[in-house]
Amino acid sequence: MQTTFKLNGRNVTVNTEDDALLLWTIREDLKLTGTKFGCGRALCGACTVHLDGQPIRSCVTPLKAIGGKSVTTIEGLSEEGHPLQQSWVKEQVPQCGYCQSGQIMQAATLLAENPSATRDEITTHMNGIICRCGTYTRIVKAIERASELMK
Amino acid sequence: MSRRKFIGVTGGLTFAISIGGIGCTTLGSSRKEGPPVVFNAWVQVRTDNSVVIYNPAVEMGQGSMTALPVILAEEMDADWSRVIIEESPIDRETYGHNVWGMGPWMGIVGSIAVHGYFDRLRIAGAQARKILMMNAAKKWEVDLNELSTKPGLVVHQKSNRQLTFGEIASFGTMPAQLPEIGLEQLKDPNDFRLIGTVIPRRDVPEKVRGEAIYSMDISLPDMVYASVKHALINKSTPFLLNGDEVSQMPNVVKTVILENGVGVIATTIQSAFKAKDQLNIEWSSDVLASGYDSQMEALKYPEAIDDSTIERKEIVNEGSVENVKGIVKSYTADYYNDYTYHAQMEPLNAVVSLAKDKQSAEIWVGTQAPDSALRDAAEALELDESQITLNRCYLGGGFGRRAARDYLVEACHLAKAVDKPVKLVWNREEDVKAGMFRPATLQRIKAGVDVDGNLISWEYCTTGPGRGLISTGSSIRYYDIPNQKIEAKHLDHGIRTRSWRAEGHGANKFAIEAFVDEIASDQKVDSMEYRRGLLKNSPRALAVLNRVAKMSNWGKANVANRSMGLSFAERDSITACVCEISLNQNSGKIKVHQVWMAVDAGIVVQPDNATAQIEGAIIMGMSSALSERITFKNGEVEQSNFHDYNVLRHDDAPERIDVEFISSTEHPTGIGEAGLPAVGGAIANAFASMTGKRLYHMPFTTVLVMEAIKA
Repeated sequence: MQTTFKLNGRNVTVNTEDDALLLWTIREDLKLTGTKFGCGRALCGACTVHLDGQPIRSCVTPLKAIGGKSVTTIEGLSEEGHPLQQSWVKEQVPQCGYCQSGQIMQAATLLAENPSATRDEITTHMNGIICRCGTYTRIVKAIERASELMK
Repeated sequence: MSRRKFIGVTGGLTFAISIGGIGCTTLGSSRKEGPPVVFNAWVQVRTDNSVVIYNPAVEMGQGSMTALPVILAEEMDADWSRVIIEESPIDRETYGHNVWGMGPWMGIVGSIAVHGYFDRLRIAGAQARKILMMNAAKKWEVDLNELSTKPGLVVHQKSNRQLTFGEIASFGTMPAQLPEIGLEQLKDPNDFRLIGTVIPRRDVPEKVRGEAIYSMDISLPDMVYASVKHALINKSTPFLLNGDEVSQMPNVVKTVILENGVGVIATTIQSAFKAKDQLNIEWSSDVLASGYDSQMEALKYPEAIDDSTIERKEIVNEGSVENVKGIVKSYTADYYNDYTYHAQMEPLNAVVSLAKDKQSAEIWVGTQAPDSALRDAAEALELDESQITLNRCYLGGGFGRRAARDYLVEACHLAKAVDKPVKLVWNREEDVKAGMFRPATLQRIKAGVDVDGNLISWEYCTTGPGRGLISTGSSIRYYDIPNQKIEAKHLDHGIRTRSWRAEGHGANKFAIEAFVDEIASDQKVDSMEYRRGLLKNSPRALAVLNRVAKMSNWGKANVANRSMGLSFAERDSITACVCEISLNQNSGKIKVHQVWMAVDAGIVVQPDNATAQIEGAIIMGMSSALSERITFKNGEVEQSNFHDYNVLRHDDAPERIDVEFISSTEHPTGIGEAGLPAVGGAIANAFASMTGKRLYHMPFTTVLVMEAIKA
């Protein structure tokens, strides 16, 4: 199956199995490994990317559904460092770091729509993304900090 | 010693500390060409003023890849902005710690990195500093005692001269006799300029850009993918019924029979996963775990405690619990906890590239024990360790699971079956079902108090599978109770258990602290006050308790519909924890709003990172106390992924976690796990304070909480 889609602003064309999933296409075929495999069932959110600006779980997204659309991964989030990435460094959020691409990509869609998100809105929006190291309180602080930067 | 001389061409002094000898020695090595390749060395000074420090500890999120170099840089007086951190070679003789006296090991478990390497890295740094100063003294023809250092500089104040470390590296020589540095010659902790300050972690920038490399991210030319279907019942052996059929599936290269599983190798990862699910395997059933039902078996644990035919291992025996006079009231209770799963976010995986002639191999793996991994890989590949290059990758979480090497050994066997590099990936279901768990245990505690309500007798027995794992954390060494007997009874169900963050402390401290709280309540003494009495002869522990009382405004804060609970614990470091909770009386859901934790960890090398570790361990402690449980039926794990193994998510995290460290000049103690053990007890005690009812079974699921409310 041949699929053409936009990845981080560039058109890419890939040949894959018919049932190829977006996650493995990005990671194994296109070698962008910032997007992570965690559960394979849309349960942990480590694989979160943007599809036309909306957060999706790439581990369950058929590549078939992506043709002609625009996908953004952590590598394409920002050239100069997204305010979230800056805040993540400032708050020293990551520990093992494995879930953090998913956390940042999920958070980015919230702030794009609602730069003044409340604490409750933040935790509700972020609830799908598990962090086993337990960095949740720092993630909230980093999102609040980024929200200030973006105002 | 003859080879310990100045490196002329490549420019740089190297230093190393060898383990096991008399004190520490400093090694230099000489090379005529090429970039510096430093073996057996802790630090290298380059002529461009950069200082390369070799980090022996794997990085799994605990932050010690930054903390350990900070320790060396402190004593060396290195300019931190010029410090480059590189991984040490995998060489246990040089880079192993020997915390448990069982010989050098590079395993990073049990929160040992900072305290296990602290003295050696300080001495290495001090030796490097002294050698730099000796070279400057010689150059300037002045007395060594007239010299001092500033970050990155050796200074002769009298003549107002200075040399950078890099300048010294360009002319310096290694002394024939290496300076001996004793612990007493190291910096006074009050003079620390790096240790105890907030220094950003070096791994953070690449982790927020998605650039940090885990073994899951490795891709090699021609690489094939492997997936393994593991025995659902531990130690069952497979008989593959449809190997030919599966081998015919698209992109499948072959099937490989393993000891306790069947592997599938395919040219794409999805094909490997799909083919794995099609394997039709008959499993041997004559194994101990067959038929094991964890819930049914747990009902027999109280009998196991009484059963005199099961061997009791003595952990502590002080005074004489059999002959205590003056007991006016006795208490007894049983506590129970379910199995927990590590749930590290990166499923287990490894990449093994075996040369076509099978005479050498290169490996990429996230492991907590790289030297053990190298040894096990060599055995599996039938090679010598020297024929293998093992690349340590970042670990997407360890928590004890990645101290085991089962997944790497599997990858090695799979690599032997093909002539291409193999990337083995366990999917989450395999990671859960072939997990190794924190044991389910039951603790029975009997205690007696005297006429003043003081505990004077304490009998404790813990039972469950897991051998030594179940008794860690069972001792109450800071509590002043004159007669104590603490025992453990191992039961074998044939299933896999493993160290899990803080080992047995999570379960044992819950039992101990819930019980002490119940006695205090019955004695009508405030929880904090009662523990002050127990800790009266342990000043450090008492200070930790008093600090958390102050932080949480204990006894004074009064938010409607909320209550607070207290717990004290130690996991190397000493902690005291207060949790503030509310309770949904209709659903049984406990919400933890705020957590205060005071910690005495001795000298804290990186306070912000240490705080982050405590925060993370509190979250993991909450998660295991509120919702995590693995159960077995017919010998098989019943859970499979994050829909039925519930780890704590954003909306259940506390609104606030406050952590304070006691200011200290004592030797550091472990921090990675210390935040976890006190949490279960603090939540249970807050629940009791709110409802008057006690929780005896962890996790406190909504079902169990409702049962407790109605009890």
